[in-house]
Amino acid sequence: MSKKTMFEKIWDNHVIHSEAGKPSILYIDLHLVHEVTSPQAFEGLRLNGRKVRRPDLTFATMDHNVPTKDRFNISDPISKQQVDTLTKNCRDFGVKLYDLNTLDQGVVHVMGPELGLTHPGKTIVCGDSHTSTHGAFGALAFGIGTSEVEHVLATQCLQQSKPKTMEVRFVGKRPAGITAKDLILGLIAKYGTDFATGYVIEYTGEAIRGLSMEERMTVCNMSIEGGARAGLIAPDDTTFNYLRGREYAPQGADFDRAVEQWKALTTDEGAEYDRVVELDVASLIPQVTWGTSPGMGTDITSAVPDPAKMSTENERKAAEKALEYMDLKPGMPMSEIPIDYVFIGSCTNGRIEDLRAAAKVANGHKVSPNVTAIVVPGSGRVKLQAEKEGLDKIFTAAGFEWREAGCSMCLAMNPDVLQPGQRCASTSNRNFEGRQGRGGRTHLVSPEMAAAAAIKGKFTDVRNWEFKSEVTA
Amino acid sequence: MQPFTTLTGLVAPVDRVNVDTDAIIPKQFLKRIERSGFGQFLFFEWRWDELGNEIPEFSLNQPRYQGASVLISRANFGCGSSREHAPWAILDYGFRVVIAPSFADIFYNNCFKNGILPIKLSEEQVEELFQRTEANVGYQLTIDLENMTISDGAGFDIKFELDEHRRQFLLQGLDDIGLTLKQADAIDAYEAKHAARLANSF
Repeated sequence: MSKKTMFEKIWDNHVIHSEAGKPSILYIDLHLVHEVTSPQAFEGLRLNGRKVRRPDLTFATMDHNVPTKDRFNISDPISKQQVDTLTKNCRDFGVKLYDLNTLDQGVVHVMGPELGLTHPGKTIVCGDSHTSTHGAFGALAFGIGTSEVEHVLATQCLQQSKPKTMEVRFVGKRPAGITAKDLILGLIAKYGTDFATGYVIEYTGEAIRGLSMEERMTVCNMSIEGGARAGLIAPDDTTFNYLRGREYAPQGADFDRAVEQWKALTTDEGAEYDRVVELDVASLIPQVTWGTSPGMGTDITSAVPDPAKMSTENERKAAEKALEYMDLKPGMPMSEIPIDYVFIGSCTNGRIEDLRAAAKVANGHKVSPNVTAIVVPGSGRVKLQAEKEGLDKIFTAAGFEWREAGCSMCLAMNPDVLQPGQRCASTSNRNFEGRQGRGGRTHLVSPEMAAAAAIKGKFTDVRNWEFKSEVTA
Repeated sequence: MQPFTTLTGLVAPVDRVNVDTDAIIPKQFLKRIERSGFGQFLFFEWRWDELGNEIPEFSLNQPRYQGASVLISRANFGCGSSREHAPWAILDYGFRVVIAPSFADIFYNNCFKNGILPIKLSEEQVEELFQRTEANVGYQLTIDLENMTISDGAGFDIKFELDEHRRQFLLQGLDDIGLTLKQADAIDAYEAKHAARLANSF
């Protein structure tokens, strides 16, 4: 039998039809739906008299538009219409919806794993590019457009051409103070925002094996920022321990049988990837982005780069435009950039471990008077757990605002928006122009670095942080 | 979907690498529940300033590019979010062809669902098109999908490559949900075979 990568095993398990020269028809095991990219898809079903083929494999939540202060009062009528439309569509088509009245409501990529919907070996899609998050479990998970959302609703299948495979090998031990976010930001800073276009990544190496399930989700989440279709991590005991007992995980003896099958998914010894790249983890330093693309990042100990020294004309022009938008000058130390705003949350870094890490930094300190800092839990359950642990008290005592669950300022579709010229340390995934609000300037960082920046009023190397662990709220 | 066969149209440039879907259509316009009417929001923050005034330097605001139907840009066009609102906005504005050295996967895929032809050319060929567009007011290209050629009638004549299935898909304006439903028996068989797993028992 030929040796296969994990991706190839999952792919082969789901091809229901293939013909030479045509895309394969792939079965989809789990379809996650949210309010922004689904209304036109449901409308398409109505126009064609089609039903949702497998409502039992389709789960919806509302996250992008949801206010994080007064969540039941959506003041923007168009936002409200979109949220109400999802409620109606789910009712009409029999789809399970986790709405604002349920504890499970949250960012779709936080909620799915939390409910135990995400399993190794599954094919998972959602009308959202950060669906790659679910790859952390060894699932083949990728974002799709609205036409494909309709396709999956109608057929539970997708037409897909087989992507190429890439191994991203994290080499060496992860030093203290280096987070999962630094791993993925460091990777994209080194290889660029399109190095993995057309590929499915498998992340390997000792540093990956040592990550918690939530840290793995942070890494896989940003696969799309390197251009990848999906990013996977082989399931292991960390994965199985996370899943055991969750609502939609297999129960009892089924779980043990499932684990046996999941173990067989790992890449065969000697299987070949189409491409292999490496990142040295041991030399990583906390990352901060300086530009308007996630690949425009550098070390906190470094300085804003000089476009004149870039290797190609297009890179130079892009860097010049980025620095103009970001109002930064070449040579300015990253640790001297003052900030106005801090956002801790999102499908990248809105989970309980992220909030614990940020709270540990914030504990006993005060947010700089020049900074507005908000903490937005990824889901109702993350919020509840944080409150049980008293993290909310630590944050509010330090001067952070404690909000309700949603996507919030990751893309600023709700009222959490930067004003023109405001500079934000953000734990989200994209620093595009205008992403957090027109004229807003986004620097991507880890939760620890964001919390430290909130307190100092500028970026600072969290490896040198003065933790006040004896103080509690 | 409207089929695509041939097109002769005015070329407009957006000279940036990594044009992301947030730039193509900012999030405040994703709240609509319709598929149509997004053209007015295309490149919104590059077209209009914060007070709603036109930014005259931006290419699409210049008189010479009004009515363009071919968009040329740089590498990694359409990166970022999966929002299909991006190709909806491009189509609704009047573009049927986007030419760039490379495209992000999801955006590329979304184009075909909407009858937009995304064409990948080499960096050198795209650079040549930028120069010719800049030098010639009213610069037009003819794109022939049947023969996979691009020509400006003035010396720029090249063949481009496209996956044969995607080509047929655009030429015929196919309904891919309909195509998948032709395999209904295979879907039924797969579901029967995997019923236990799909019901979460192993």
